[in-house]
Amino acid sequence: MTAACPACVASPAASDMVAVPDAVQLSVPAMRCAACIAAIEDHLTRLKGVAQARVNLTQKRVQITTDRPVAEMTAALRDIGYEAFPLDSNALAGDVDTAGRELLMRLGVAGFAMMNVMLLSVAVWSGAAGATRDLFHLISAAIALPVVLYAAQPFFKNAWSALRARRLNMDVPISLAILLAGAMSLFETLNGGAHAYFDAALSLTFFLLIGRYLEHRTRSAARSAAKELAALEVYTAERKTARGVQTVALDMLRVGDVVLVPTGARVPVDGCLISAEAHTDRAFLTGESEPVTHAINDPLNAGEINLGAPFEMRTEAVGQDTRLHQIARLVETAENARNRYTSLADRAARIYAPAVHLLAFATFLGWLVMSQDIRHALNVAIAVLIITCPCALGLAVPAVSTAAISRLYKLGFLVKSGTALERLAEVRTVVLDKTGTLTQPGFILDLSDFHQSELGVAKALAQVSQHPLSKALARELTDIAPATLTNIVETSGAGVSADLNGTQVALGRAAWLGREGDGLMLQIGESVLALPYHETLRAGIAQMTSALSAQGYATQIMSGDTAQKTAQIAQATGVQTYRAGMSPEDKIDQIEQLTAQGETPCMVGDGLNDTVALSGAHASVAPGSALDAVRNAADVVALGDSLQNAPKLFAVARKAVRLSRQNFGIALAYNAIAIPIAVLGHATPLTAALAMSLSSITVLLNAIRVGRVA
Amino acid sequence: MNVLVLLIPISLILGGLGLLAFIWTLRARQYDDPEGHAARILIDDKD
Repeated sequence: MTAACPACVASPAASDMVAVPDAVQLSVPAMRCAACIAAIEDHLTRLKGVAQARVNLTQKRVQITTDRPVAEMTAALRDIGYEAFPLDSNALAGDVDTAGRELLMRLGVAGFAMMNVMLLSVAVWSGAAGATRDLFHLISAAIALPVVLYAAQPFFKNAWSALRARRLNMDVPISLAILLAGAMSLFETLNGGAHAYFDAALSLTFFLLIGRYLEHRTRSAARSAAKELAALEVYTAERKTARGVQTVALDMLRVGDVVLVPTGARVPVDGCLISAEAHTDRAFLTGESEPVTHAINDPLNAGEINLGAPFEMRTEAVGQDTRLHQIARLVETAENARNRYTSLADRAARIYAPAVHLLAFATFLGWLVMSQDIRHALNVAIAVLIITCPCALGLAVPAVSTAAISRLYKLGFLVKSGTALERLAEVRTVVLDKTGTLTQPGFILDLSDFHQSELGVAKALAQVSQHPLSKALARELTDIAPATLTNIVETSGAGVSADLNGTQVALGRAAWLGREGDGLMLQIGESVLALPYHETLRAGIAQMTSALSAQGYATQIMSGDTAQKTAQIAQATGVQTYRAGMSPEDKIDQIEQLTAQGETPCMVGDGLNDTVALSGAHASVAPGSALDAVRNAADVVALGDSLQNAPKLFAVARKAVRLSRQNFGIALAYNAIAIPIAVLGHATPLTAALAMSLSSITVLLNAIRVGRVA
Repeated sequence: MNVLVLLIPISLILGGLGLLAFIWTLRARQYDDPEGHAARILIDDKD
């Protein structure tokens, strides 16, 4: 920031003198009006330790200057009903978007010059002749040449780098047309010729810059979406040594190190348990929804979450050798296959660029042979280049994808990959993960059949136990008064027993109480009651699956969880096909099999066990609650509960591709009319200007229709 | 036709003013949050 006046330098602003607190960026997808801005900014600035809060409604972000932790800010926003996701401020560091602003500047300059030159050209087209026409051409040249050299630089640079690599891209015919139009017009002007294409050179630059700017915005949105949801995972571990516990970076750990895993933290490495027992949540890793109990010497995998008391483990594999890394390697191979996908625009450019050059060259040769007049032949050939310049083609895809991506953003989807829309549109089968994708994390216990006194006993027992299910039970029974118990004994890894006025009561695993089944059981005297619990579906999931089927998509569930639990969820969502107990390798096999059958699968998943399938599938969606690595593997991230809008996601993608094709059609139709005119030598600057502007504007207007999906 | 000597510079200067205004809005970051700026005029000032 530069100071505005000398006085400001002498007495720096108060804000510069206090130590600058950190800036935190949060993504708040739910904000959409003036009231939201006011509510969020008011609430945040009233918090202690917040210096400033500024909402950006367009990007749906809020920037907070504060020295408090990010978690406090997201919690504060949740209090007033806004779900917030922290953004990675390092990834966003250079996010002032200088490239975008530079493009906008070139666009403004080109627009200004185009309008002025167009005005001067109108005079020429309406019949100015002789000295007046030459004067107007000279003034146009004075405006157009410097502007073209400045504003069209992005095309020149791209074309040059393509030519140096001995390839052709869209920018080669563009640059050639702009440069030749300028040079030929200058030559004609100096020799008193009738036709100058200055306005064509400028409007080409202007319209193509619009396309380039839209493309840039889409791409930078995609780029930051990939990085922006910050890594909440910690890349450090607590290593226990003779001198005490120290926090070290993950890559400092060696095989044999003893690591302390605090409550709620992730297991940092593969290893085995040293403590007597541990309860972990492996849902992210394997898809199992139930907490897993480990005894001493049991193996633990990196990525499991400690649900119980802190435990110690011995490191047995680090870095490349961990299970997590094996998964990451599979992801890389799967991704390579997808990167070979060529987009619609690329395919068009491959045919179009050589065709245009050949056509212009053929025209030049034809006229040279027929008229023996090099200057005339050159003029006609350049006119062909200008007319065929892929102006509308350059706008056809960027305009549509910009409109589609902003529409999807409003529906709660971050589109990360440029070709994602085209791939989503080709999807025929939607493959769904169960745990965490269809279901919410956590359990709901169904306690409606229980008597108050029974619940009192259950709460008293549950309060004592460290088991995650017991803790969930105790939390759920907040309103119940615990019964008074005596002789409470906890049997590690099994349950709790006690005396209630002489009656034997217990809460624990079914097997421990001598019964069949899984989950928790409550014993009071002779009677043993199961505490039924079930997973809850995310909001709107059942409607989503039925809407997908109604649209003609095949749906199936792939889960790492048990067959019984998967079947329950499949029934609740109405999905006919399901597979349970799948490893990450099984999932990618299944995806590849579907691909081979021509079913073009879209994988929807949130677990680390889904990452390989996500990157191997034709297209992929991950919920925002997924881990970093998982979101990186997916094409689209669904924020909040927006997964229920998945049918709309596919609808928008299909419409976007349809409109892109229509746009190509429109552009080609204009060319089909204009090319014969140009090749036969009847093209004038007026026809060029008309064809170019009309086709570009039609294409832009057509693109806007994508926002009208449902 | 002599009037052109006057009119052309005038039209170019007016166009140039428009360009300067555009550059100023760009520098003043007025394109960073178009939706937000549109909505903010609806918020009551507190002081």
